[in-house]
Amino acid sequence: MSKYSMFRLLREGLTGNRGWGQAWRSPTPKAAYDAIVVGGGGHGLATAYYLAKNHGITNVAVIEKGWLGGGNTGRNTTVIRSNYFYPESAALYDFSVRLYEGLSQDLNYNVMFSQRGMLMLAHSEPEMEMAARQCNAMRLNGLDAELLDRDQVRRLAPVLNFRDDARYPVHGGVIQPRGGTGRHDAVAWGYARAADALGIDIIQNCEVLDFITEAGRCVGVTTSLGDIRGGVLGAAVAGHSSVLAQLGGYDLPITSYALQAFVSEPLKPVLDTVVLSPATGTYVSQSDKGGLVIGGGLDRVPSYGQNGNMPVQETVLGGLAEMMPALAKVKLLRHWGGIVDVTPDSSPIIGPSGVEGLYLNCGWGTGGFKAIPAGGYFLAHLMANGAHHEISRPFDLTRFETGMLVDESAASGIPH
Amino acid sequence: MQVFTCPFCGPRNETEFHFVAEAGKVRPDTTQPISDAEWATYLHTQRNEKGPVREVWMHTTCAELFVMQRDSVTMAVLGTQALRKDGS
Repeated sequence: MSKYSMFRLLREGLTGNRGWGQAWRSPTPKAAYDAIVVGGGGHGLATAYYLAKNHGITNVAVIEKGWLGGGNTGRNTTVIRSNYFYPESAALYDFSVRLYEGLSQDLNYNVMFSQRGMLMLAHSEPEMEMAARQCNAMRLNGLDAELLDRDQVRRLAPVLNFRDDARYPVHGGVIQPRGGTGRHDAVAWGYARAADALGIDIIQNCEVLDFITEAGRCVGVTTSLGDIRGGVLGAAVAGHSSVLAQLGGYDLPITSYALQAFVSEPLKPVLDTVVLSPATGTYVSQSDKGGLVIGGGLDRVPSYGQNGNMPVQETVLGGLAEMMPALAKVKLLRHWGGIVDVTPDSSPIIGPSGVEGLYLNCGWGTGGFKAIPAGGYFLAHLMANGAHHEISRPFDLTRFETGMLVDESAASGIPH
Repeated sequence: MQVFTCPFCGPRNETEFHFVAEAGKVRPDTTQPISDAEWATYLHTQRNEKGPVREVWMHTTCAELFVMQRDSVTMAVLGTQALRKDGS
């Protein structure tokens, strides 16, 4: 891998940008690897990278049915945060935020992590009390959090609705200053380039059709490019986790839904933080190109169709018009849907699948992007050691049997 | 905007309907001992199929439950039937 640097940028700029070369290879798959990762999104590529970097396992294949980062990694709203209520979740997601903080240097690829703050609004006095509770919980979890009153929110984001007749008046909010946004594609490409440089084979346009099982142990996959055997397997396929589970013969407590997002036409700077209104479920940030990146709640209908529908669009965009009436006439540039894997407690599943030799990283629901470094780190740890890291242990699949749920949906009252 | 057909009220706007559960799940016999694993399977495990699915929905306007067949990829509705045996 040739290193990206300011010097290199200058040299290539002066010589017609002809010397960059490919960022990663497109190898034909070998018959066998030490480890196979199914899914070439952020989580899968990060898993491969940490297998090589942390555990010295470089004879690894990442198998992707489409193109890299073409699923939810390319379909999210790029928010990175760890403002969680329970200690288990805070430990997991803040591990991810800390990895993100050093990721551009680590990967030698600019993932454009901009720590512009993640602000959650409160619209009434009771909501302010809950905001204080959230703020205190976050601080007890070792996270950065500040409780803001109405004037402080107004200084931070004057574009919000401070009119006297607002349906949801702003009473204040909680901000996590270390939260922010990243460049979604760069996260996938950065991990891919760094993993490839460590010798990992990234195989695109190769669909897993079945698992190869011998004596109860998963020993490989049948793909559209033939059989590939692996010493240990990991699956990080988000919304399609249940489809793989059916092939592998294990059960998952997952329901797949579409999650929609929107980008507006480019505007002059109006908002330099990420704002979420729990009342409307709408959240918004402004990208470096000026477009408003708008997200909201889950669809109402279980779905594998990667597209949107009108009722949820009305809710999300109505929420935006309420939050920021000045932006009500902004035009949308595009909108899309991704398929997210939602668990009963809105917390992820990291751990053994129930089939020997096959480990899972799924169930992130609506919040997988911010967790990419941690998801990859802990799946790699499991695949290399066959045992949990302390931080990933509470997220084992067995929690649905023991009842030790990490119920973040109940803790926050909003979908994560 | 999609139209779903309530077996009792006829074609209505999709926003009048609420997804309840996958069809065909049977509650374990609670007069017999039930293992944690069986109970967890009943509570949490989902088939979550890609393609044709069979689900229980509620038409919130008339508050009746019914079965809907649809395609989870194309979102096409393939049919709806009352849960009541006599179809009334």
